[in-house]
Amino acid sequence: MPLVDLIGIHKSFGTNPVLRGIDLSVHEGQVVALIGRSGSGKSTLLRTINGLEHIDDGVISVDGEKIDARDTDLRALRLKVGMVFQQFNLFPHLTAAENVMLAPKVVKKAPQAELRALAVEMLEKVGLGDRLDHYPDQLSGGQQQRVAIARSLAMRPRVLLCDEVTSALDPELVAEVLAVVRKLADDGMTLIMVTHEMRFAREVCDQLVFMHQGRIHESGPPEQVFSAPQTEELRQFLGGIG
Amino acid sequence: MVEFAFSDIVWNLLLALRWTALLSVVAFIGGGAVGLLVLLARLSSRRWLRRLTRGYIEVFQGTPLLMQLFLTFFGLSLVGLDVPAWLAAGLALTLFTSAFLAEIWRGCVEAVPRGQWEASSSLALTYLEQMRWVILPQALRLAVAPTIGFSVQVVKGTAVTSIIGFVELTKAGTMITNATFQPFLVYGLVALFYFLLCFPLSLCAKSLERKFHAAR
Repeated sequence: MPLVDLIGIHKSFGTNPVLRGIDLSVHEGQVVALIGRSGSGKSTLLRTINGLEHIDDGVISVDGEKIDARDTDLRALRLKVGMVFQQFNLFPHLTAAENVMLAPKVVKKAPQAELRALAVEMLEKVGLGDRLDHYPDQLSGGQQQRVAIARSLAMRPRVLLCDEVTSALDPELVAEVLAVVRKLADDGMTLIMVTHEMRFAREVCDQLVFMHQGRIHESGPPEQVFSAPQTEELRQFLGGIG
Repeated sequence: MVEFAFSDIVWNLLLALRWTALLSVVAFIGGGAVGLLVLLARLSSRRWLRRLTRGYIEVFQGTPLLMQLFLTFFGLSLVGLDVPAWLAAGLALTLFTSAFLAEIWRGCVEAVPRGQWEASSSLALTYLEQMRWVILPQALRLAVAPTIGFSVQVVKGTAVTSIIGFVELTKAGTMITNATFQPFLVYGLVALFYFLLCFPLSLCAKSLERKFHAAR
């Protein structure tokens, strides 16, 4: 049984359909990249998986936790799904460690003694064990994004959503973030990412999903998708990005 | 007739100044507490609650404080509640302050980037948890300076309560003027006392604005 199962997902912004019937299954430990032009619906699709975007129709199931268009209580789902954003969205009034500890403290009511150890463990995992008490504005973009990853991991999600996590970074800072993501993939974390880093996607992902006009246009293992695109749209997309 | 020496005038005004200060503090604390509730309702996901609080804010922002005071004072006695002037004054100023503070604070909450809501949502925080731990602490930094700035308006606003017979600084000034026939001197001193109360608040607002502007 897949860990993440999307069935017949529809979503419109006003009269503009953005997702037009998406079916996607992701198994435990799989690393899936959503690719496509801007406006193809890939970011919206990612954001439906933890309920940041409300769906108009369909069913989302993550690790047995099912929601459909009528559901409004998303807490159980969000406990299983972590998310990392393009703009990091760290809490600027909290230190790196406090950012990591906040949700375990408030949501899971973890005891104070465990919290600090958790923060240390998570920040060491992303190579920032020496930045515990730094505020976000004292960290580089790459470091901030790694703190954001640690913050998500602290809730021990079953799947991690990554929404263009390197797009807001200076080129020289991209590698350190990708290295952390790659390590998560190697450790068996289930990842669904929207990315423009094609080489990274090719190296790390098990499955590439090409989205076009709100539908999954083509998908498969990276070698197949890159070397033998089946449709003109994918050929053009891959050609366009070089 | 009693002779008023200059020191008597100052002394009596100072006694009345206590009531102005106390009324300001009551209005500010009460208005802050009510304002917080209005703010939460104003930001609620329920449309009728948003509309209701928006109406509340519009009414208090769109009518003179003096009318609000009259309506509170005479309105309460109309329904059979004979309230003393100080209570009506405190109530009217509290409501007035709550409407303005709620609106100031709403601006501050909305100035917190949407990404903060999304990140805290994705971490499974509930609406109240997001407010408590993520949004309000950031909004608070933005709110300190304009809030203290508004407290100056509250202090000066207490002057209208003299109309319903509450003896604060302005009312005391009127009474002493009637006894001494020295309106320029007395009202000059009244104005000076208001200034001494308000000026430090203005300074404080300015310095906090600089401080929080520079801080994260």
